[in-house]
Amino acid sequence: MWDYTDKVKDYFFNPKNAGVLSEANAVGEVGAIACGDALKLMLNVDPTTQIILEAKFQTFGCGSAIASSSALTELVIGKTLDEALKITNQDIADFLGGLPPEKMHCSVMGYEALQSAVANFRGEVWKDDHEEGALVCKCFGVDEGLIERAIKMNKLTSVEQVTDYTKAGGGCLTCFDKLEEILARTNAELVAEGILAEHEAYRVGAADPKKLKEKAKAAKAQQAPIEISPLKPSSPIPPPSAGLTNLQRIRLIEEVIEELRPYLRKDGGDCELVDVDGSNVLVNLSGACVGCQMSSVTISGIQERLIAKLGTTVRVVPVGRNAH
Amino acid sequence: MNAVYLDNNATTRVDPLVVEAMLPFFSEQFGNPSSIHAFGASVGAAVKTARAQLQSLLGAAHDHEIIYTSGGTEADNTAILSALEALPDRNEIITSKVEHPAVLALCQHLEKIGRAKVHYIGVDALGRIDIEAYRAALSDKVAVVSLMWANNETGTIFPIEGLADLAKEHGALFHTDAVQAVGKVPISLKDSAIDMLSLSGHKLHAPKGIGALYVKRGARFKPLLRGGHQERGRRAGTENTPGVVALGKAAELAALHMSDEQTHVKGLRDRLEGALLQRIPNCFVNGDLNDRLPNTCNIAFEYVEGEGILLHLTRAGIAASSGSACTSGSLEPSHVLRAMNIPFTAAHGSIRFSLSRDNVPEDIDRVIEVMPGILEKLRELSPFWSNADKSGKEFKPVYA
Repeated sequence: MWDYTDKVKDYFFNPKNAGVLSEANAVGEVGAIACGDALKLMLNVDPTTQIILEAKFQTFGCGSAIASSSALTELVIGKTLDEALKITNQDIADFLGGLPPEKMHCSVMGYEALQSAVANFRGEVWKDDHEEGALVCKCFGVDEGLIERAIKMNKLTSVEQVTDYTKAGGGCLTCFDKLEEILARTNAELVAEGILAEHEAYRVGAADPKKLKEKAKAAKAQQAPIEISPLKPSSPIPPPSAGLTNLQRIRLIEEVIEELRPYLRKDGGDCELVDVDGSNVLVNLSGACVGCQMSSVTISGIQERLIAKLGTTVRVVPVGRNAH
Repeated sequence: MNAVYLDNNATTRVDPLVVEAMLPFFSEQFGNPSSIHAFGASVGAAVKTARAQLQSLLGAAHDHEIIYTSGGTEADNTAILSALEALPDRNEIITSKVEHPAVLALCQHLEKIGRAKVHYIGVDALGRIDIEAYRAALSDKVAVVSLMWANNETGTIFPIEGLADLAKEHGALFHTDAVQAVGKVPISLKDSAIDMLSLSGHKLHAPKGIGALYVKRGARFKPLLRGGHQERGRRAGTENTPGVVALGKAAELAALHMSDEQTHVKGLRDRLEGALLQRIPNCFVNGDLNDRLPNTCNIAFEYVEGEGILLHLTRAGIAASSGSACTSGSLEPSHVLRAMNIPFTAAHGSIRFSLSRDNVPEDIDRVIEVMPGILEKLRELSPFWSNADKSGKEFKPVYA
């Protein structure tokens, strides 16, 4: 798997400051489930001294995303807001003893969440909301502002690095031309400021988009081997009871669904049993359930109940959703 | 306590009997099977025995229908390139969106260089092929249909014999990547319309670097590698004799253990799956429960990222794999799960457990013991999850 430092592993397995901070007065939320990572940073800031007294986080993401979030909370506690704002994504990565290049975007996510939380405390709208800057990478919802900042803060000079740090261009790569343009423009600015040498700066046309795409594909095809470590024994689990007739099965399924319908109706939805096809239970979700983003939760809920009742594996299939 | 290996769709342990059978072919039996002298003759006989063992596992009519290759990827590439060359007045390929990269990447390449037009047939939410789209794509312009027998990620089985019959009606060659199916489900090729079939040694307890392509007698074939008369001129290069002998032995053992797949292996898989679904909320099986490999269990755990689960499993001494993006270095979840339209809330948290006859009930117990705790821990960390409200409706990210 990834070559994570011991500190990354430690902060993943034993994250510090994980969970909900109920008395938070500064909250920053970045990322989205569709993109594969999201972070909610909660701070408790002393209104008079502006010192961050407490910090907690909740993260959906890979090992390094969780470790980066936890590291961020450790870095900000005890700092004033102004001091905290000086923390860069590189500081987060350094705190963890470094991150694999492909995972640098995890540290950027931490930086973004912090900026967002401070803006939230100050009653401002975080200026880097993508509604102001143009959305560049539609696959991962990355805007121009984030890309520019990542390039400047980390002195990035290749499109590949931009993807590693921001995820922009990690999907369909149709934004390649735009990424190139931002990179070349920002690099030129860095050269003008004397931060970057002229020969280091990226020039439009220097990278081949096809090669980048193939590299991404190759990475996808390659499954990393897994390290093995020893473990203690465990108790045996009794197998679930099967042995129902088809009729009994269908009646039980009907019963479970009937029990659940009143709850769905309360939310303006409904669910009907359509058919039982082997281990597939076909249902029709209607009313408010249609198009509801949480319908998959409803489906899993029904499925969970059915499995518990029947003692065998079944799959609940919404036939409405599968029709197209 | 031994490590628990549940990643057999990635690769399998070489069976000790297979190791024993192949070892002499590195040392005293080092001869070249093409040689006329005694050193070669005995090796030639072993290569022939192996061919018969493989023929028997596949239910093929003739032993010379087996061509040894370096593995599944070479077999897939050979089959598709051969068909395009053998049927020069046809330039279309039909495949599916959920194929292994050995087929998909080749098709994409052929498309890019303008060598072929490719139809990528979609699947439904259970990973079942869209038969109507397949029928519609078939025509007398199609040189080859290449569809997998069973999917490596979900285990979903395509109705290959029927799909092959349909291809025949249009005179197209039919190839199947059966790398995951061989040794796990019974296969009988002699009365089927399947022209070509790929298999790989290391997925059925033989070593890596050996595989085979079945080519039905009479099916048009053009070799990929030229330069020698080996394999009747269909695959040049001195045979990997230890590998060939190992593959033959592995095929014999697979045939012997075939009934275990549906009893022992499937029993363990079903118990694992049932217990996880019962004990862990908000998870579901990816794939077609009614037509699936007996050893594969792919479960989507909502609101968590697969890499986190794998890291915890690794620490617990359990090897599995994930369709999640973060483990592979790519940023998007698996092409198979995306083709199935698995919601993002779940695709990122999909874990594949793939068993083999080597697994014992204690392996399954260990997974069942640790998984609920791992999920609980990671979901506690997830902003999309809270015990009071599983929907996480309050969470509104800055950009979504």
